[in-house]
Amino acid sequence: MNALTLWFHKIGSPPTFYRIAGAWAPWLFAIALALGAVALYGGLFVAPRDYQQGDAYRIIFVHVPCAWMGLFAYIFLAVNAFIALVWRIKLSEILAMASAPVGAAFTFITLVSGSLWGKPMWGTYWTWDARLTSELVLLFLYLGVIGLHHAIEDRRQAARAASFLALIGIVNVPIVHFSVNWWNTLHQGSTVRLMGESHITGSMVWPLLVMALATHVWFFASVLARTRVGLLELEGGKDWAREVALADAPRDTVAAHV
Amino acid sequence: MSDFLAMGGYGAYLWPSYAVFVIVLAIDAIAPRIRRRRVLAEIRGKSKRRATREATP
Repeated sequence: MNALTLWFHKIGSPPTFYRIAGAWAPWLFAIALALGAVALYGGLFVAPRDYQQGDAYRIIFVHVPCAWMGLFAYIFLAVNAFIALVWRIKLSEILAMASAPVGAAFTFITLVSGSLWGKPMWGTYWTWDARLTSELVLLFLYLGVIGLHHAIEDRRQAARAASFLALIGIVNVPIVHFSVNWWNTLHQGSTVRLMGESHITGSMVWPLLVMALATHVWFFASVLARTRVGLLELEGGKDWAREVALADAPRDTVAAHV
Repeated sequence: MSDFLAMGGYGAYLWPSYAVFVIVLAIDAIAPRIRRRRVLAEIRGKSKRRATREATP
């Protein structure tokens, strides 16, 4: 094996990944919180009032970053699901299953904040148009993956079955993204563009981008924290997991155990 | 201050969406901590039972 494959195997071994994730997760959570606070300050105090939407547009600072994360998390889930199914890597199964609830959380926030934004701007909380419906399907896909994973007793079989469902669901990701171009919808098109000029002014766009960064960092923090638990659950019978469990025990139970 | 909370009349829509954002992510951060505690207790219980089984002839 070459050095890179060797490194990959070492990182991917449950006890090593458990340790590394444990070292990273608290820092990532802290960075995400700090970035989030800066973004909220920028969004609520610095960014000017919109000439058409007044202050209601400020919902953008939670709605859009969460919407991006809903799709990002699904792509992360699908890539890990693919690796889990093809190469049967334990860590990928756990990473895939750890990302599903986080993606579901972001998608849920997107739907609720979008609905609260829709009422004053469109006059309705909900309409069955392409963008809204495909986003709701995205939430159901996440819930389906989580549900299937919980319905099967054997943890590895459960992860593989749920991974398969996740891979089928990937077809919905481009539908969500392009729905505003493919169909006539009430939802507006993209405001922020990677290529070309964004349709938004600088003092409005920086809090949005900082919040997007904060939610990305949060995603990885949460996935790492969940992956740690998943690894412990799967490897509960192994020595390293037992050592972690005993080291974590409250004083009196340790005494009772010895 | 009340001007700020009113958000130009849109406070009733803006604050709940920010609240959902904060609350859902708080749950997202707490949930794995609670599950971790449960999983660790299960592992301890299992290893204790095994130790007892091995100790009895």
